[in-house]
Amino acid sequence: MLPELFFGYFAAAIIIFSLIVVTRRNPVHSVLFMLILFFHIAALYLFLDAEFLAAIQVIVYAGAILVLFLFVVLLLNLKEETLIRRYINQWPMGVVFAVGLFILMFISVRSFLAGPKGEISSVLTGQSNVTNLGTVLYTEYLFPFEIASLVLLVAIIGAIVLAKKRLKS
Amino acid sequence: MLIAGAFGLGALIVGSIFRPRRPYAEKLTPYESGNPPVGEPRYRFSVKFYIIAMLFVIFDVEAVFLYPWAVVFEKIGLYAFIEMIIFIVILFAGYIYAWRKDAFKWD
Amino acid sequence: MSFFETIFAPGAVDIMLNIGIILIKIAVVVGIVMAHVAYATYFERKVIGHMQVRLGPMRVGFHGLLQPIADFTKLFFKEDIIPANADKPIFYVAPVISLLAALSSLAVIPFFEGFVVANLNIGILFILAMSSLGAYGIVMSGWASNSKYSFLGGLRSSAQVISYEVAMGLSLVGVMIMAGSMNLTDIVKAQEAYPLKAFIFPQFLGFFVFIVAAFAETNRTPFDLPEAESELVAGYFVEYSGMRFALFYAAEYIGMIIMACLASICFLGGWNGPFEIPYVPFAWLLIKVYFFIFLYYWVRATVPRYRYDQLMGLGWKVLIPLALLNITITGLIKILV
Repeated sequence: MLPELFFGYFAAAIIIFSLIVVTRRNPVHSVLFMLILFFHIAALYLFLDAEFLAAIQVIVYAGAILVLFLFVVLLLNLKEETLIRRYINQWPMGVVFAVGLFILMFISVRSFLAGPKGEISSVLTGQSNVTNLGTVLYTEYLFPFEIASLVLLVAIIGAIVLAKKRLKS
Repeated sequence: MLIAGAFGLGALIVGSIFRPRRPYAEKLTPYESGNPPVGEPRYRFSVKFYIIAMLFVIFDVEAVFLYPWAVVFEKIGLYAFIEMIIFIVILFAGYIYAWRKDAFKWD
Repeated sequence: MSFFETIFAPGAVDIMLNIGIILIKIAVVVGIVMAHVAYATYFERKVIGHMQVRLGPMRVGFHGLLQPIADFTKLFFKEDIIPANADKPIFYVAPVISLLAALSSLAVIPFFEGFVVANLNIGILFILAMSSLGAYGIVMSGWASNSKYSFLGGLRSSAQVISYEVAMGLSLVGVMIMAGSMNLTDIVKAQEAYPLKAFIFPQFLGFFVFIVAAFAETNRTPFDLPEAESELVAGYFVEYSGMRFALFYAAEYIGMIIMACLASICFLGGWNGPFEIPYVPFAWLLIKVYFFIFLYYWVRATVPRYRYDQLMGLGWKVLIPLALLNITITGLIKILV
């Protein structure tokens, strides 16, 4: 009973905060609500006994990516006047697509089957989430891990090229 | 031993412990304006901050890869060391590139 | 669902008992740390006063010993001024975010064997996550105050905090390799086998990077640019007054205490010392923490402030390569030995 109650609260809160994020007039407020949203998502990871993922959710998403968002919002310095018309004219079309997507997702979610219990969950191995994750990531999934470093390399180069271009113009 | 339980609760409870103070302070509070601002206080700032924030995201992700690696280092041994050296060398190339392009220079 | 099993499964009585114990621990930790924060401000004024051949606070009580209480009372009853055109909700919330981030980190710090509010497996990551949250308090207050000084101070400060956070995280990886854990209690126990029961000798480079990054993270001299009195008045909290100002101030000092605790635990062996001090299990930790706090003041009285470009350069060009070097060396030693 209690786990369902907690999950229900966090699921509902995530949906409500997502709605608040997209409807705020002031983008800085949106960023703040997104911060709260990310903390709720981290709490969901915590309930799955994935405390490492919860910490990563806060460090990377809330601590790094959202700070970048905040800087961009502050950099653009949107004035109140430019924000009066918040939604472009195509919003009825948008609603149609959103409803369609929702129905599609609803149908597909209904057909989901519960997968077999994971072999490396902390309940089975008796070790912490970090140890399990590390062991698998650095032996079995070695190649994707090295690819990740290349992706990050591309990101560094991309960030600098884009920012330098902006600096010149 | 208390396990992860206090994580979420702790953060929330610790927050509510100091909160009751504030409404008390507020009782004494009439509204008063500060100095009238001159010009536009929230001006556009250097794109430099933006570059730093992006590089921070990237290096933060790199650090995140290092944490579980450090914890299981003893278990995997030499194999883990070599793969992390490759990882660090690849990212160091990006780091040198950023340095050469003066991304860390502030003027 | 072991999260629930630990707290809720054993039965209704145990639930109340568990929550009660947690609450009492939190109250004790917060109370003690707040008292230390109050006297850390007094201690700072005294130490710096004597270093500059002054006496420091002398009027309130014997040698000014009651000064923090007077300060607190004054701030508590002071008017709370909100500048015109400020973004009120964010202006209200920003100091709370700062203090929340600082106080939450206390939950994972083991003060002596077996005494920790939440013994998390990811203790170090929790502190890093909370310190990244602290950047929000700073940039939000700077933006919400609607003042040029605070806006620039907030921006500078958040850029500084995030730059040094990478170096700090990387400097702790060496400790994690040596201990094979991110749990702070395990880290202290892993150090018992080393000389002086501390990691400082094998991890000297990591320790150096950590200390510099800790100074920058807590916005202390020589990296206190965001609040440089002479150029930015007081940085991001110029517009704050009364209790809200006190919250920022407390958050800064709690941050200092946390960084001192983290340095003591990760590099100096936490509650273990060269010999046992009877009856006071936390004595060694307290001595080490006060050593670091004194170091903060000593540096403040000695070293001039950095320029902003030098500051960013130091973080990105010196500390990060040093931290990576430290990781490589630690890994090599671990494999060879």
